[in-house]
Amino acid sequence: MATYDFLFDTTGLRGWCGEEQGGGLSSMADLMGQAGGPTETSLWDLPFPSLDALHEACSAIPQSRDLTRGLERGFLDIKDSLKVVVDPLTQPLSWALENALWIMQAVPWWIMIPVLLLITWAVGRSGRLVALVAACFGFLAFIDFYDHTMQTLAIIFVCAFICVLLGVPIGIAMSRSDRVQRGLIPVLDMLQTLPPFVYLIPLIFLFSVTEPKLYGIAIILYAIVPVVRLTDLGIRLVDKDVIEAADAFGMSKRQKLFGVQIPLALPNIMAGVNQTIMMSLAMVVIASLVSAPGLGVLVLRGIRSLELGVGLLSGLGIVLLAIILDRVTKAALARINAEQKS
Amino acid sequence: MSGDIKISVRNLYKIFGNNPRDALAKVRAGMGKTELQRETGHVLGLNDINVDMPSGKTTVIMGLSGSGKSTLIRHLNRLIEPTAGEVHVNGENILTYGERRLRQLRQKEMSMVFQKFALLPHRTVLENAGTSWQIAGKSKRDYADEARKWLNRVGLEGQGDQYPAQLSGGMQQRVGIARALTSNSDIMLMDEAFSALDPLIRTDMQNLLVELQNELAKTVIFITHDLDEALKLADHLVILKDGLVVQQGEPQNILLNPSDPYIEAFVSDINRARVLRVRSIMEKTADLPGAVAGEIDYDATLESVIAVSKGDTTHNYRVMQSGRQVGVLHMQDLVRALVPLKPGERTAGQQTR
Repeated sequence: MATYDFLFDTTGLRGWCGEEQGGGLSSMADLMGQAGGPTETSLWDLPFPSLDALHEACSAIPQSRDLTRGLERGFLDIKDSLKVVVDPLTQPLSWALENALWIMQAVPWWIMIPVLLLITWAVGRSGRLVALVAACFGFLAFIDFYDHTMQTLAIIFVCAFICVLLGVPIGIAMSRSDRVQRGLIPVLDMLQTLPPFVYLIPLIFLFSVTEPKLYGIAIILYAIVPVVRLTDLGIRLVDKDVIEAADAFGMSKRQKLFGVQIPLALPNIMAGVNQTIMMSLAMVVIASLVSAPGLGVLVLRGIRSLELGVGLLSGLGIVLLAIILDRVTKAALARINAEQKS
Repeated sequence: MSGDIKISVRNLYKIFGNNPRDALAKVRAGMGKTELQRETGHVLGLNDINVDMPSGKTTVIMGLSGSGKSTLIRHLNRLIEPTAGEVHVNGENILTYGERRLRQLRQKEMSMVFQKFALLPHRTVLENAGTSWQIAGKSKRDYADEARKWLNRVGLEGQGDQYPAQLSGGMQQRVGIARALTSNSDIMLMDEAFSALDPLIRTDMQNLLVELQNELAKTVIFITHDLDEALKLADHLVILKDGLVVQQGEPQNILLNPSDPYIEAFVSDINRARVLRVRSIMEKTADLPGAVAGEIDYDATLESVIAVSKGDTTHNYRVMQSGRQVGVLHMQDLVRALVPLKPGERTAGQQTR
């Protein structure tokens, strides 16, 4: 006899459980129980009415392993139809990643590094920043990490760009409707707190490991959250008086969005972009588990074959990359701030 | 008050809350503001407002905070939708307007000046002044001359390329006024436009507004909580209390004949000599009185008359309007008018009318 037998006996659900009461003794425990009269389980030992515990009392209730198996089977069942939809949608991502990776590696270093320095100058307008970036790239190339660095950068550029492309409109939609905001905040919370490895599991089932979009999607899902949140926040924080003035002078919604709300929210949006880039960098390392190229591969090699030196150096490389990306985006942010405050 | 009526507000009610319809029925049945709030949790913003705002004149809506004056002005361009009532602008009920027509009204026929300036911080002063043109899709080249003209008029020569944050509060509000003027709209809504400024700058700005008003004769709706400011600017004064119009009319008249203890309390602190004018207390007559000490303008303030008379209360003065005698001022009436009267008494000017 199982602990929760009474539940089904008293509620008359025994028939639904599909077995006659008291019929068909099967387990040793039942036999023992019969022999020794009805056993009283003490309250101390009362098991939680979990799936397994209830299954003991009524076989119509599934066991917990059936639940996980069911989930898996369910996912595998919809996988093919899901693929029909998701595959073409995400194909441009694969294409963009492949091309970015190819370009960043095909262009010789003596063109690539100056181009990156030029971009740094255009964004930050600071000689010290350019010098810092030059020193970091020089060091990374000097220790023969150039290719890996470029691969990582290529992936980050593509993923961060797509994050902004999708995240800003989503953030705008959230800022305009409280209902959208209420609906999306739990999703964003989930994306942000889910351990990054968990993203990878269903993606591995969906796509083959050779496709770049596998890690592309994982990175985007993980890194898109800050830009969405801060766009929403930034637009909601725009001075109500200014919005009222825009209304009073007859601006249309569109004019208000592009002429007032987005420009005034730009410092916050840029802070979101900065965070998004930093989170892409974090995820691109983890994504090396599913064949993402770059510095993460070296870290993984360090772990797998206990090459301490490689692991430490590639870790340092990632830190340098993080510093560069952070400083450059912060410099852009500071310039926007200065423009609005001046 | 003569002249056309530009904006006319009819039976306007505004109730804030979840179910304003039911609350409206209660208010119409005579429930007061505090009672309504206690029983239903609804806030009575405006209660049966009827105001006519004359064309080309300054209408000042005055009240303490919470009296509903800012709510009222926002109904005139429908930044707030009323619970019931009508708002007519140029004879059309703007509550029937669709979104497009309403935007047109706000772009072409009305402009607004705000207490906190509400300039666009990422645009230059010139671009801010040209806001309404920009909204209409005009380029900077189109509006630059017009905007610069008005910036110069409000005293901001050569500041067009600055950003608002680089200017002081008073200068920023000048930009706000230039922005309203550049739109070339007939109606200017001014929501506590000078309340955030220092007293001296405030006086400057009031003088600027009076000057502009003499020049342009726009229909100005001015909100304030400051009675001195209201009396200085108003051609037509509306006093609000708890969402109700307590008294409205010519400011001098309100000052001399307060209809309500609330207004009496309000006007008791005023420097009456500076606000009251000869025309309000003179005896209207074309006959020449016996001994006349001199001639004074009918629009002169009592303060200036006292200065002229050197404090002698026995004099009589001929009151002149454009070279013609319109009345006689007895200095005794003047002195009596300086002190608020007890209820029941009437002013000298009233007796002779």
